[in-house]
Amino acid sequence: MATTIDEKEVTVFGEEEAKQLVNELRVAYDSGRTRSYSWRVTQLKNILRMCDDSEKEVVEALHMDLAKPELESTLYELGMIKNACKVALKELKNWIRPEKAKTSLTTFPSSAEIVSEPFGVILIISAWNYPFLLSIDPVIGAIAAGNAVVLKPSELAPASSTLLAKLFAQYLDTSSIKVVEGAVSETSALLEQKWDKIMYTGNGRVGRIVMAAAAKHLTPVIMELGGKCPVVVDSDINLQVAVRRLIVGKWGCNNGQACVSPDYILITKDYAPKLVDALKTELDKFYGKNQLESKDLSSIVNSNHFARLSKLLDDEKVSGKIIHGGEKDKEKLRIAPTILMDVPRDSLMMNEEIFGPLLPILTLNNIDESFDVINSGTKPLAAYIFTNNKKLKEKFVMSVSAGGIVVNDTTIHLAVHTVPFGGVGESGMGSYHGKFSFDAFSHKKAVVYRSFTGDAALRYPPYTGFKLRMMKALMGGSFLAILRALFGGSKP
Amino acid sequence: MARYDVKTLGSDLEDMRDYFRSGKTKDWEWRNAQLKGLLSFLKQNEAQIFQALKDDLGKPQVEAYRDEIGTLVKSVRFAVKELKGWMSSKGAKMPKVALLTSGEVVPEPLGLVLIISSWNFPFGVSLEPLIGAIAAGNTMVLKPSELAPACASVLANVLPTYLDKKGVRIIQGGPEVGEKLLQQKWDKIFFTGSVRVGKLVMAAAVEHLTPVVLELGGKCPAVLDSLAPWPMKVAINRILVSKFGTCGGQACIAVDYVLVEKRLASSLVELIKVLVKDMFGEKPRESNSLTRIISKQHFSRLKSLLNDPEVKASVVYGGSMDEEHLFIEPTIILDPPLNSQIMTEEVFGPLLPIITLEKIEDSINFINARPKPLALYAFTKNQSFSKRILSETSSGSVVFNDANIQYCADTLPFGGIGESGIGSYHGKYSFDTFSHYKAILRRSYFTDFWYRFPPWNYRKLLLFEATYHFDYITLLLVILGLKRSRYRC
Repeated sequence: MATTIDEKEVTVFGEEEAKQLVNELRVAYDSGRTRSYSWRVTQLKNILRMCDDSEKEVVEALHMDLAKPELESTLYELGMIKNACKVALKELKNWIRPEKAKTSLTTFPSSAEIVSEPFGVILIISAWNYPFLLSIDPVIGAIAAGNAVVLKPSELAPASSTLLAKLFAQYLDTSSIKVVEGAVSETSALLEQKWDKIMYTGNGRVGRIVMAAAAKHLTPVIMELGGKCPVVVDSDINLQVAVRRLIVGKWGCNNGQACVSPDYILITKDYAPKLVDALKTELDKFYGKNQLESKDLSSIVNSNHFARLSKLLDDEKVSGKIIHGGEKDKEKLRIAPTILMDVPRDSLMMNEEIFGPLLPILTLNNIDESFDVINSGTKPLAAYIFTNNKKLKEKFVMSVSAGGIVVNDTTIHLAVHTVPFGGVGESGMGSYHGKFSFDAFSHKKAVVYRSFTGDAALRYPPYTGFKLRMMKALMGGSFLAILRALFGGSKP
Repeated sequence: MARYDVKTLGSDLEDMRDYFRSGKTKDWEWRNAQLKGLLSFLKQNEAQIFQALKDDLGKPQVEAYRDEIGTLVKSVRFAVKELKGWMSSKGAKMPKVALLTSGEVVPEPLGLVLIISSWNFPFGVSLEPLIGAIAAGNTMVLKPSELAPACASVLANVLPTYLDKKGVRIIQGGPEVGEKLLQQKWDKIFFTGSVRVGKLVMAAAVEHLTPVVLELGGKCPAVLDSLAPWPMKVAINRILVSKFGTCGGQACIAVDYVLVEKRLASSLVELIKVLVKDMFGEKPRESNSLTRIISKQHFSRLKSLLNDPEVKASVVYGGSMDEEHLFIEPTIILDPPLNSQIMTEEVFGPLLPIITLEKIEDSINFINARPKPLALYAFTKNQSFSKRILSETSSGSVVFNDANIQYCADTLPFGGIGESGIGSYHGKYSFDTFSHYKAILRRSYFTDFWYRFPPWNYRKLLLFEATYHFDYITLLLVILGLKRSRYRC
């Protein structure tokens, strides 16, 4: 991946710079500019323009960072970003409108509403695997909700990070929307500051560091983490369709480097051979004979992750279990789609999120055993099942706890903005997409409007037995009780 | 005071997790039975609850009913009524292109949750979250505050007889028990208390990536605009009952201080003196209408706020304290120095500072220069000023022309922002806060756009684009080969 990158002037971004940055954004936010409807609409429209104008550059940057196929870049990154903008632009007025709340006898006479108010200054830390989508999608939510934002893209996708910084400066209001590039020290400097909300996409280890920093300032956080997304494959299904959807969800999403990628398969011993055959057939159709070098597959992001994945494969418990693929190219950071059969449950591969093009298949005597396997691990971001069996389907949906569940497909719930996207337990906290993004970055402020009439002396001291009876009657809401209390007919 | 033996904590919690895994608490029947049990507890033990609150806080019965028993009964009834609706899944609209796909969002319980409550509303603040946790189908541990031991004892000894002990556990103890609890793995932690401890709770939650709700406090300001005599009287009565008539000012949503225009200050003070006397008589201590201070420690804290010489000099009413009986009379302070402790910390007691401003509009900047409060109260008839307050300040909630009543509303989220807290509850928000909303998408096998699959080429790219834009015409044209890809070919 030969490129010429201009020498950037090295500016130190430490505590002082981070403090100044936050102050600047607070001043901008306090001026009220980000709260106006027209400001929000302008920024969202500019993001749309930005995506349209820079398609080529984005595709190129993603190719440099990940060898991501053009179609994945255009669709899963730019396409989804543009969709998110369009949804926000269409719905923004509705989202901003205060929600009327019912009031009751205890607060009569009054009216109440819930007003969506921006948190203020938001920090968004994104990941390297979908560097544009995972940066801009949250930024869209933050902007729609009227906040000022700092985006810290991942340094592990450097071309994308640089391009993001350049495009943001060109297309968006730099007084209130900023990009800070950098690695651990820059991120630490940012995390020391007081933010009004932090959103982090990445892994659990760094997630804990982010939450610990947030705890010091009582900053609320959204964390989009990962996990081992299981796929249960039942028998008597349309195997070809299932396998295609499985392949696209696994290798067609950044070559398995996605938080919602199918991580491992659970299937009965009897049906497994059929699955393996179908997988091999379709993989050949999709990626040809030389799957290691297919242009339709992303590379591994860097040598660290390559080493991590190699280690999973070289684990002696596992190396004999490869039934397809297994080819690696260290120089080019490529690993071919690899399928493994019956990897031991105590191997490394079955104890951490794979995040790569390796797909272990675990066989069971009975498909019902999959529930124990899944529940013995931490709650994943997504869980998938391919089945026609209604009972199994419902059992899966009701008893598997995961961020989201898809029946008879994989990963598509990301594209549906009417469902919340987020994790539970170790896979994260909070959610976004569509209106959920707007809500994630809004404080729902309860507002009660009272008039001066309708004041009851019974509210005030001195407290008497009569007042107690009246209060009970009123709060209990029974007209009869009220009458009785008024005329002294009930016990105190 | 009874204390839980933490040696058994690990296995006790494991038992609770097993119980959760059995699925029992997910059934509507179980949740409904627990809620009904809670209702019976409140109704059948009213006398005991009144007595416990009297023992711990000297809380008058009217306050005990108004702020604890009454609101709890209301909340439980509301939850019982709404439960089935809350538990049902909500269908989600699918984009047209997602043919033969259905989507829904289903609430599911988080698992095993921890509720830590405070001493000022020992029943209210323990059981309101419990209602939510039960309604959402979780198993839970409640740790009431040890500073209100009589109430904690009723909760630990009487309440369990009305509930399923396998799914709901009440654990008594002090800070060491609290610490031990925080070291365990929970699926959610709900904490009501001080900012200081709130930070410790969130820091402890990091290890297991446990989401938290923190109901903290702050200095809730009451902005008092110029009003005609009668509304002014109503306004002041409402401020006074929020402060002195609510746990003696020891409430997170009590009015902390008042902001008023300088020119109104002296008449305001005179009017307050009259109204305070109406409420509490000449000898407030004998009025039986004032909650006392919870402990010697808090008494000393409040005493030192008042002992600041400049603050002492600003007292215009009250000020007498009885350490033996932990009693402080309603006290008004006019314009204490802004850097004195009484103006930099949450008062949490029956001391009411009045801060004067040149113009009432200055209150907006005054409030914004300080941490975001849990509640903001504004007494005004000026519509444009009201609008400015609403849009230019930030707080957990805002009430116009009254105080504290937002606590009673089942339809409003109750929670803070910034230093006043994270998350919210009450009504359906309680249910939501203890639930995970799981997205479920179901696909059929029939429709799959063949261009969904590699190998990739530009034709497929164009098709996808058309799909995303719901541009069926283009879709058709490309499929029929009548439209060429705009990409290089």
